Amino acid sequence: MEQDVFKLGGQEFSSRFILGSGKYNVELIQAAVEQAGAQIITLAVRRANSDGAGNILDYIPQGVTLLPNTSGARDATEAVRIARLSRELGCGNFVKVEIMRDSKYLLPDNPETVKATELLTKEGFVVLPYMYPDLNTARDLVNAGAAAVMPLAAPIGSNKGLATREFIQILIDEIELPIIVDAGIGRPSQACEVMEMGAAAVMANTAIATAGDIPQMARAFKKAIEAGREAYLSGLGRVRERGAEASSPLTGFLRD
Amino acid sequence: MKINGEQKEYPAGLSISEMLIREGFVKERVAVELNAEIVAKENYDAAILKDEDVVEVVSFMGGG
Repeated sequence: MEQDVFKLGGQEFSSRFILGSGKYNVELIQAAVEQAGAQIITLAVRRANSDGAGNILDYIPQGVTLLPNTSGARDATEAVRIARLSRELGCGNFVKVEIMRDSKYLLPDNPETVKATELLTKEGFVVLPYMYPDLNTARDLVNAGAAAVMPLAAPIGSNKGLATREFIQILIDEIELPIIVDAGIGRPSQACEVMEMGAAAVMANTAIATAGDIPQMARAFKKAIEAGREAYLSGLGRVRERGAEASSPLTGFLRD
Repeated sequence: MKINGEQKEYPAGLSISEMLIREGFVKERVAVELNAEIVAKENYDAAILKDEDVVEVVSFMGGG
């Protein structure tokens, strides 16, 4: 079987599982990354602590690509500021643009996201914009130079699954860039389903962070994403709208 | 000066490098903004802080 490579921002990955690092103990990150087989991990940029606590970078295995987000940004200007600071931290030029004006549902601001994507692409960033799944916005993001498009499945942290399924499918069908489904995926079966639909990758954080056993859930997601990808590549069997079709031969029955 | 939103009193002539040490930050793990402009690491020794300066010191945290 030909090797299935996930290309993003000029790099090649074998894993299609992007793991978030929020809401759990940094000491579990290494185990989670290992069990997830993740090669990309997201981070946030915040005011530094001076309490001598261990820095998260000390817990992330070597060779993992860091994907800082611009969480906390309320408009394009703030997102650009956070992205520049993240690059100054010296861990590459990938950035997940995340802009929210709404603090209840944490829904992304699509027009500001397009603006930030354009500005950051011009500054040489590999931009992965988190967005509400809308085809027109996705096309604008392509034109703005995005490296991928990251539509939400459901509100961040909700674990509610594929609430936007039909609209994600439209993006997969119409947009040439990798579609990375981000936010709301709550269980491995949902990650599998979206990979079967043709998504390029899945990003998950809360589903793992709020699981009973974090590394074990990371492994479950890894398997589900791989299964979904293989199913997509192999081509799903057809659905019969009416009636049935025997799987066993219709001859040689043991009857008169 | 203001560091990460808190008013701090430091003697005149303090460099960014010295401020980071006094505040307990690890230079290699932070990025610094001085009055909304990023300061490159190689300039931390040369950049002298003034009373009216607003400084942000950031680092990576867990996030999704």
